[in-house]
Amino acid sequence: MSAICSQSAIDAKALRADFPILASQVYGKPLVYFDNAATTQKPKVVIEAISRAYETCNANVHRGVHYLSQQATQAHEEAREVVRDFIHAASSDEIIFTRGTTESINLVAFSFGEAFCQAGDEILISGMEHHSNIVPWQMLCERKGLTLRVIPFDENGNLLLDEYAALLGSKVKLVALTQVSNVLGTINPVAEMIRMAHAQQIPVLVDGAQAAAHISVDVQALDADFYAFSAHKLYGPTGLGVLYGKRALLEAMPPYQGGGEMIDQVHYSHTTYNVLPYKFEAGTPDFIGTTAFTTALRYVQNIGMDKIARYEDELLQYATEKMQAIEGLRIIGTSAHKSAVVSFVIDGIHPYDLGLLLDKLGIAIRTGHHCAQPLLESMGYEVCARASFAFYNTTDEIDALVAALLRIQKMFK
Amino acid sequence: METINQIQDEIIDEFSVLDDWMDKYQLLIDMGNDLPALDEAFKKPQYLIEGCQSRVWVVADYDKASNIVTFRAESDTVIVKGLVFLLLKVLSGRTPDEILNADLYFIDEIGLKEHLSPTRSNGLFSMVKQILDYARVFKTM
Repeated sequence: MSAICSQSAIDAKALRADFPILASQVYGKPLVYFDNAATTQKPKVVIEAISRAYETCNANVHRGVHYLSQQATQAHEEAREVVRDFIHAASSDEIIFTRGTTESINLVAFSFGEAFCQAGDEILISGMEHHSNIVPWQMLCERKGLTLRVIPFDENGNLLLDEYAALLGSKVKLVALTQVSNVLGTINPVAEMIRMAHAQQIPVLVDGAQAAAHISVDVQALDADFYAFSAHKLYGPTGLGVLYGKRALLEAMPPYQGGGEMIDQVHYSHTTYNVLPYKFEAGTPDFIGTTAFTTALRYVQNIGMDKIARYEDELLQYATEKMQAIEGLRIIGTSAHKSAVVSFVIDGIHPYDLGLLLDKLGIAIRTGHHCAQPLLESMGYEVCARASFAFYNTTDEIDALVAALLRIQKMFK
Repeated sequence: METINQIQDEIIDEFSVLDDWMDKYQLLIDMGNDLPALDEAFKKPQYLIEGCQSRVWVVADYDKASNIVTFRAESDTVIVKGLVFLLLKVLSGRTPDEILNADLYFIDEIGLKEHLSPTRSNGLFSMVKQILDYARVFKTM
């Protein structure tokens, strides 16, 4: 084990034992899982929490008078409280469960758009957004005649704040901004950018999909108006996401979808809607998922988000140093403020070939456009490879990646 | 001339001596590097088969007198080029009927079946479909 890990507050090797899948072999090689930005693996306690929820408290929430339904409702609402605590929101009424970050953003694009946007208005996004924080706004723009504007960034992957300030004009109705870029890894100065937008009375949505599992989030300290993230990137179950929204904004917005749960009274002549947060939760929620997500959040809180951030930064520094030393390898995204994501290309090797061969050596990375085509295009790339780390990764695994890259490089010579 | 199946069996023999995945892929990479480059003039949208991760261009020529279809193709990734090299070795220079009746078992036998799966985003699945479509059209000419 390398020295830097032993200094760290996290014992990754011990924590790995909590994740059954990490003991897997792929093509006869021990699995090295470096695709954490796409989804994280689940600790055993989360997997067991899903089974336990089905075994002990499976009943539809919020409507049953019977015991099981009350148990399920209690667990579901407890999850809302745990999420509130995790992101330091003021009230659990401001925590809306969705299917994921993408749905959270679509909800705001629709409902905020309906309430506050008119033809001629503008939505401001950054040049390093995931497609999920581009397309919903494009759809809003098409629906209501708005214009989408984009904040540029420099060659290291830092947003240009002067340009941002200039773009914050009177027509801008909302800024939608990723906290951490899924390709560049840049941790954007969202607190400062929110202050700048608020100085012009413009609300800000923060896409926290790549942030929430890696740095501690305080929506009140950030003063974010909306904050979206996914459970599956945070050691929790798939198909579940969160939208935080400030109460005043959420109350002024019409519902996103209709049916189930979100109603107060339904008559053929008119329907009245439920209070927050239920107004935005049409249909049966994923109450098994929320219950298991409670376990996931407690699991990471127990390790400590600050410790996780520190350890992952050590991994990032180690990987950056080792990978930079490979001849012909270029790292895409070299901001001084980065999350544990290393996107890269190697001269003369197509990322697809790279990904395929790494896979045969047991190493899982992502290749392609990473759902961020405009970002890569603006940097002169079509596709790239990406290794993204979690607290259960080790420097030994990074050494394995580097050895594999050197071996693959020889195959193309 | 060898039959399609004779060529397939030769390919299987060539790969069967290689136990290690990396050796198989080394052979594929070498084959990819041997694939003649496609004239830039053909790297146009009408010849392009777009995969999510890699691209393949396929050009088909039909000589009615001899009833022979010749394919030229290229990809932007070397491994896909290697697979293209093998597919052309098997299917180019054949009659439309031979192409349409071919059972492409060699891909499976050499352990590279995953590359021809519709869920792989490399364009190869679509390339085989495209080759069959060409053969179908040429058959009617």
